[in-house]
Amino acid sequence: MKIVGLSGSKVGSKTRTAMNYTVQALQEKYPDTEVTLIDLAEYDVQFSDGRNYMEYDGDTKYVAETIMEADAIVIGTPVFQASIPATLKNVFDLLPVNAFRDKVVSILVTAGSPKHYLMVEQQLKPILAYMKAQMVQTYVFIEEEDFYRKEIVNDDVLFRIGRLAEDTVVLTETFSQIREAKEAEYDF
Amino acid sequence: MEKYRIDKNKGLEFGIYTLGDHLPNPLTGERISAEQRLHEIIEYAKLADQAGIDFFSVGESHQEYFATQAHAVVLSAIAQATENIKIASSSTIISTSDPVRVYENFATLDLISKGRAEIIAGRASRIGLFDLLGYNIRDYEELFEEKFDLLRQINEQETVNWSGEFRAPLKNARVLPRPQSGSMPIWRAVGGSPASAIKAGYAGVPMFLAHLGGPATVFKRSVDAYREAARSRGFDTDELPVATAGFFYAAESSQQALKDMYPFINEGMKKTNGQGFPKQHFAQGVDPHNIMNIGSPQEIIEKILYQHELFGHQRYIAQIDFGGMPFDKLQKNIELIGTEILPAIRKYTAKD
Repeated sequence: MKIVGLSGSKVGSKTRTAMNYTVQALQEKYPDTEVTLIDLAEYDVQFSDGRNYMEYDGDTKYVAETIMEADAIVIGTPVFQASIPATLKNVFDLLPVNAFRDKVVSILVTAGSPKHYLMVEQQLKPILAYMKAQMVQTYVFIEEEDFYRKEIVNDDVLFRIGRLAEDTVVLTETFSQIREAKEAEYDF
Repeated sequence: MEKYRIDKNKGLEFGIYTLGDHLPNPLTGERISAEQRLHEIIEYAKLADQAGIDFFSVGESHQEYFATQAHAVVLSAIAQATENIKIASSSTIISTSDPVRVYENFATLDLISKGRAEIIAGRASRIGLFDLLGYNIRDYEELFEEKFDLLRQINEQETVNWSGEFRAPLKNARVLPRPQSGSMPIWRAVGGSPASAIKAGYAGVPMFLAHLGGPATVFKRSVDAYREAARSRGFDTDELPVATAGFFYAAESSQQALKDMYPFINEGMKKTNGQGFPKQHFAQGVDPHNIMNIGSPQEIIEKILYQHELFGHQRYIAQIDFGGMPFDKLQKNIELIGTEILPAIRKYTAKD
């Protein structure tokens, strides 16, 4: 199973910190999975110009192809102006409309205020649904006060990240088993 | 329809097209050489001609996994190897070529083939050629519209006066040689949404409509939108042919056809488009109302007749060779088309 952790912003450190914990949880619980972390702060990704994702070059091609090859994607995002950052939206725009068909997507969000709790429901999930993702419905919402000097200091958040890692893998396995059984039925 | 060399009395024309893809056979992992692929395409056209198929066309894609970038050259070899079959491009990406050179090539092809050549001009669904040939993808839309207009003007007038943004102006320019009958059929390739079909309608040019999968009725919207747009600009739609193009595979049963074709489509699309063809959607391909002509010869006959009833189109062209399909399977399909499918389609659609 290939899992990609996608840290969706170039700003700050909280989302990346939380993603490090998530990657570690996945690797510890599921050593057989192949986990790749893409932190958009480390890549020079161009804006989508409408071409097929395979036709980009350099970092843009790498980011798009790595996501397309994944079985599951854990998206980490901060809240910018009551929505997702443009860097993350651009990644979606680089991909084809059905990019997340047969993939599981789970979400972790960092925010400066609890008032943004529904941002994921209103902004992110509709995009993922349109792109045909199977979503882990429960996401991890992490606030400023849960961090201290690039560490998560709230055990509740750590437990939630552990459950997010489990749910991501369990749902991916489940959907792939269901799909294999269904495809075998077609007999071609 | 005479202008487009279509005889209504003969009923629905049946053709074959290839994108000129050059992909490994997914069952063996082996890929034939580009040389062999090109010779097989020429042989494929020859067999189609011998089977009485009306039309054969070759596309251009300038990227990995394709072999017919120089499609006019390939068509020239096909012209030489065949007797009666119409030959065309599917499509010529006019946006990134000089319309004068394209016309010279295809007019020459028309003379070599003794009046059998046509041009289908498209905008490219794979855009690698913009970088390769030095064009800006931002001009995608305008490059096509301007160059397609010029191509049509060259076809209508032997002496051309023209100026535009993307090419040096032409002053009393004569574009030679001329096709056998002075002009030749030029179609607009249309894919996807009705918006694209409407553009062909406004210009009053014949439409070549590509379809991947899904209910045939969805594509009827494009055909209707095309004719409506053409009528709104004063064109007589009885004189404007429509062609449709899509996946085709005949075998003894629909289940066998699915089995034979699926790995080629799925793996080929992964390599060329970056996403496979979902099995669930492919399984629906054998439904009588699905646009994909996959099944037994009898099922395919019924599907094509149903589509003909819906679209009232003049030509259907079949894509069979995608994804590294071995040549013996192509031969078998041509045999089934020639012996079973074509006679039935002509019987039901020709006016006697």
